[in-house]
Amino acid sequence: MTERITLNVNGKTHSMTVDPDMPLLYALRDEIGLRNPKFGCGLAQCGACTVHVNGEATRSCATPVSAISATDKVVTLEGLGTAEKPHPVQKAFEEEQVAQCGYCINGWVMTSAALLKQNPKMTDAQIREGLAGLKCRCGTHMGIIRAVKRAGTMMG
Amino acid sequence: MNAINKPAKKNFSVSRRAVLQGTGAFVLSAAVPTFVLSKKAAAQAARLGIAAKPALEPTQLDTWLKIAADGKVTAFFGKMDMGQGVDVAIAQVVAEELDVKLENVEVIMGDTYFTVNQGGASGSTGVQNGAIPLRNAAAEARRVLVEHASKILGAPADKLTVTDGIVSVVGDSSKKVSYVEMIGGNYFDVKVEWNGQVGNGMVVTGKAKVKPVADYRVVGKPYKRFDIPGKVYGTTDFVTDVRVPGMVHARMVMPPTAGASVVKIDESSIKNLKGVRVVRQKDFVAVVADKEWDAIKAREQLAVTWSKPTPPFPDQNGLYDYIRKATSAAKKVEEGNGNVPDALKGAARVIEAEYEWPFQSHASMGPACAVVQIEEGGKTATVWTGSQKPHYVRDGVAKILGMEQDAVHGIWVPGPGSYGRNDAGDAATGAAMVAKMIGKPVRMQGMRDEGHAWDPKGPASIHQAKAGLDAQGNVIAYWFNSKGFSRLDVNSNESDPSDNLPSQLGGSVSKAAMAFNVPEESYGFANKSMGWETIPQFFRNGNPLRSSHLRDPLGPQLQFASEQFMDEVALAANVDPIEFRLKYLKNPRDIAVMKAVAEKSGWKSRSRPNGKPGGTGTVAGRGVAYARRGGTVVAIVAEVEVDRSTGAIWPRKFTVAHDAGIIINPENLRMTIEGNIVQGSSRAIFEEVMFDRDKVTSVDWMTYPILETMQAPETIDVVLINMPNEKPTGAGEASMRPLAAAIANAVFDATGVRVRRGPLSPDRIKGYLSQA
Repeated sequence: MTERITLNVNGKTHSMTVDPDMPLLYALRDEIGLRNPKFGCGLAQCGACTVHVNGEATRSCATPVSAISATDKVVTLEGLGTAEKPHPVQKAFEEEQVAQCGYCINGWVMTSAALLKQNPKMTDAQIREGLAGLKCRCGTHMGIIRAVKRAGTMMG
Repeated sequence: MNAINKPAKKNFSVSRRAVLQGTGAFVLSAAVPTFVLSKKAAAQAARLGIAAKPALEPTQLDTWLKIAADGKVTAFFGKMDMGQGVDVAIAQVVAEELDVKLENVEVIMGDTYFTVNQGGASGSTGVQNGAIPLRNAAAEARRVLVEHASKILGAPADKLTVTDGIVSVVGDSSKKVSYVEMIGGNYFDVKVEWNGQVGNGMVVTGKAKVKPVADYRVVGKPYKRFDIPGKVYGTTDFVTDVRVPGMVHARMVMPPTAGASVVKIDESSIKNLKGVRVVRQKDFVAVVADKEWDAIKAREQLAVTWSKPTPPFPDQNGLYDYIRKATSAAKKVEEGNGNVPDALKGAARVIEAEYEWPFQSHASMGPACAVVQIEEGGKTATVWTGSQKPHYVRDGVAKILGMEQDAVHGIWVPGPGSYGRNDAGDAATGAAMVAKMIGKPVRMQGMRDEGHAWDPKGPASIHQAKAGLDAQGNVIAYWFNSKGFSRLDVNSNESDPSDNLPSQLGGSVSKAAMAFNVPEESYGFANKSMGWETIPQFFRNGNPLRSSHLRDPLGPQLQFASEQFMDEVALAANVDPIEFRLKYLKNPRDIAVMKAVAEKSGWKSRSRPNGKPGGTGTVAGRGVAYARRGGTVVAIVAEVEVDRSTGAIWPRKFTVAHDAGIIINPENLRMTIEGNIVQGSSRAIFEEVMFDRDKVTSVDWMTYPILETMQAPETIDVVLINMPNEKPTGAGEASMRPLAAAIANAVFDATGVRVRRGPLSPDRIKGYLSQA
C-alpha cells in the first residue's frame, strides 16, 4: 500500500509515492536524497536522525512520513545553516572543535538549536538535562556542552 | 638521482618552463599505473593531479608525497584518522620536514589506490608508527629539491634555506627557486629504502637527515582539525551516504538462537513487497530490495524456520564461574623475576583478590554499512567501507570476489564510529557476498540489534592477584594472572573472510588465535610474575560473543584489576596509594607522571579510605590509577560522588597527567584524552553485554546503556607533559586504560566498599553497598 505524500523540506516541496508507515528518515534520505539525518537506531533512542518539524526537534527514524503534512516545515542540518551562513550552534561546534567520528553530530546540533531557540540562557544543568537521551559513542560530551554554552552566548 | 638533469649555472630567476624544459628539470616519470582506475578513483586522481603516477610501491618517494603545479602538497597516509586529528598531525610532520605551510598540505588516507597499507588505525600507532615514513619521505623530498636548487642557483646546498616551499641562498634571498618551479605537478621518481614490512611496521628511509626538534615550528602547534566543518555543516559523506547507480539495499536476517541453521525459508511471507529478493549461502540469509525501506520490512517479515541448537551460552550469572572452570587453551607468563611461590611462603602477610570484567560491545553510533560494486564484467570491484583498516577490508573482499588484491579498490568513507574491530568489516563482507550473488552494486547496512548484539566483543575475563608483604609492609612478592576469552577469536583486521560474520554464517571455518595481555606498568617488585590463560569461545562460526579488539584491547579490564589491587596492597601496608606507587615505580617518566597528577589534583595523602560502609545520602571520594601503553604513560585521579540510595556514581572530576613523548598537536591531544575519559567512564560505569542461554539480549541503547550528558564529568583537567626528546607515542587509547580502576578506587574511598566486578553500574553498587 502506498500513498502520495507531499513534504516541505528546507523550504522546498517534494512529492513522493511511498508506504505511509515508512519513517520520515527514509523519505528524507532515500526519496529526497539528503545526507543528514543519519540512521543510528531506528528506535528514537540516540537522536542521530533528528530534524526540526515546525521548529521542534523530532526523531525522524520513528516518525511515520504520513504524520507530516504538506504544511509542516521540515528542516534538516543541510537547511539549518552552511559554512557560509552558519547557524550559531554549528559555528559554536566548529569553534569548540566538537565531533570525533561525527556520526551523531547531526542530532546534537539539531536538538541544541531547538533548545536554544526556546532558551538561549540555559544553565549547565539545563543543557545536560535538555540533551539527555542523545548518544555520542566517541565521548565528546564535554566539547558538546561547551559548544552549546558558547552558542547560547552567541544567540542570547 | 636518475631524475635530475645537469645543473643550470647562474640562473637565479628560473622560470617554471625553463626548469621543466632542459635546465635541470625532473623528468616526468614514464611509469604507468599498474591499476585501472574506477570512475570515482579517476575523479579523485584528476582532483589531485595524479592521473599518471609511478607504481604504488613503498620504495617510491612519489608514493608518499606529491607537489602539485599550484604548490599544494599531498601526503598519502596509509594509516587512518578516526576523528582525533591524526591526519592533522601527519600534515604537521610533513609541513615541518618539507618547510611548507601547513595550509598547503592535504592528507589522503584510506584509499587503496593512493596509499600503501601502513596498517590502518591500529593500536594508537597513527603518529607513533604512521608518521615515520611520511616524515622521512618529506625530509628526503626536501633534500632532493634543495640539492637540485643548489645546481640551479649555483650555491652549495648547505648555504640554502627553505621557507614556505621557496629555496633561497642564505644572505641573498633574491637568489631563489621554488619547489613549484622545480617539480610542481611532476614526479620525483626517487627511490627510498623500505624495510620490507607491510602494516604497522612499514618504514621507509631516504638519504636525508630529519630536522632537529629544536628547529620545529609547525610540530607542537594546535592546528585545527580538517574534518570538523564537513561534519558540523553536514557536507561530509559518511559510508552510509554512498550511493552508486543501480545500487540495491541489503539487510541480513539473523538467527533467533545463536548458532541456529536455516531449515526452511518461506519466501511467500514477503510476496507483498514487490521486487524483494532473498539470497542465501548456508546460514547467511539476506534480503535485497531497490528501496531501503522495503529491505527493512522484508527483514522483519521474512519467515525463516531455524534449527533449535543446544543453548550455546551459560547463564549470565554463571559467566565468571564458567571462565574459572573452563579448560585453558593457552597460557603464558609474560613477565617474571625471582621465585614467587617461595617468597609468598616467607611473607608476613599475603593479600589476595579477584576481579571480573564483562563482555563489552563496540556499540558504534550506527550499525555498520558498506557498498560493494563489481565492475568491468567481474574483473574489478570497488568497496566503500567505514572500517579503520580499509586495506585489509579490500583484501578480504578480493578473496570473496575471487579477484587479485589490486583489482579491488578500497575506499574508506567515515563510518559511524569504530573503536577497534567493530562490525564494519562484517558489512563489507556481506555486501561483497550479495554483490557476487546478484551482480548488482549492493549497499549493506545493519540494524541496531546487529550493531549491539552481533559485533565482535571485548572479551570477558577474571583476574587474580596475590601480594606478599614482609613484617615492615614491603612488597616481597607479586603474582597476577588473568583468565578469559582471547582478544582474537576473530582477527583485528578483516582480510580473511573466515574472520567475518557473514562468511562464518555462510560456511567459512573461523581460525581463532589465542592472545591476552598483562598489565603494562613499571612496578619493581622482587619476585614478580604476570601471566594469562585464554579459553575457547563458546562456538566457532557465527558466535555473537566472539571477541576481538575493543578500544585499548584488554587495557581497561587488566588495569581495573591490577591498579585496584595496588590500592588494596597499599591499604594493607598502611600507605597512601600515591606514595605506595612512587615507592615501587621504576621508570622515571612514570614517576614524573604520578607526581604531576598528585600535584595538579591537590592529592591529600591518606592511608585509609575516608568513607565507611553504611549510611545513606551522597558521599564523595578520590582514587588514583596509572598505566603505561606502548610508551605512553598516564595517571588519573578520579573524584566521584556516590549516591548511596540509588547506587549511581557521578564521575565529577578527573585529573589526567599524560606523557606521550613529544607533542605534535596539544589541542587535538587534549580532545582525544577527553574522549577517552568519557568513553572510558561509560565503559567503567555502564557497559555490560547481557545475554541469555540462547542469544545476546543487549540489542539497543535501552539494553546496553552508555553514558549521557547527565552523567558526563563536570571537569576533566588534563596535564600534558611534553617530552621533546622522546619519540611520539600513542594517545588514542592510553588514558582509557587506568580509568575504571581510578573510579573504583574513588568509590572505595567514598564508601569503604571495594567493587571488584565491572561495570560499576547503579544496581551493582547498590547491591555491594547493601551487603557491606
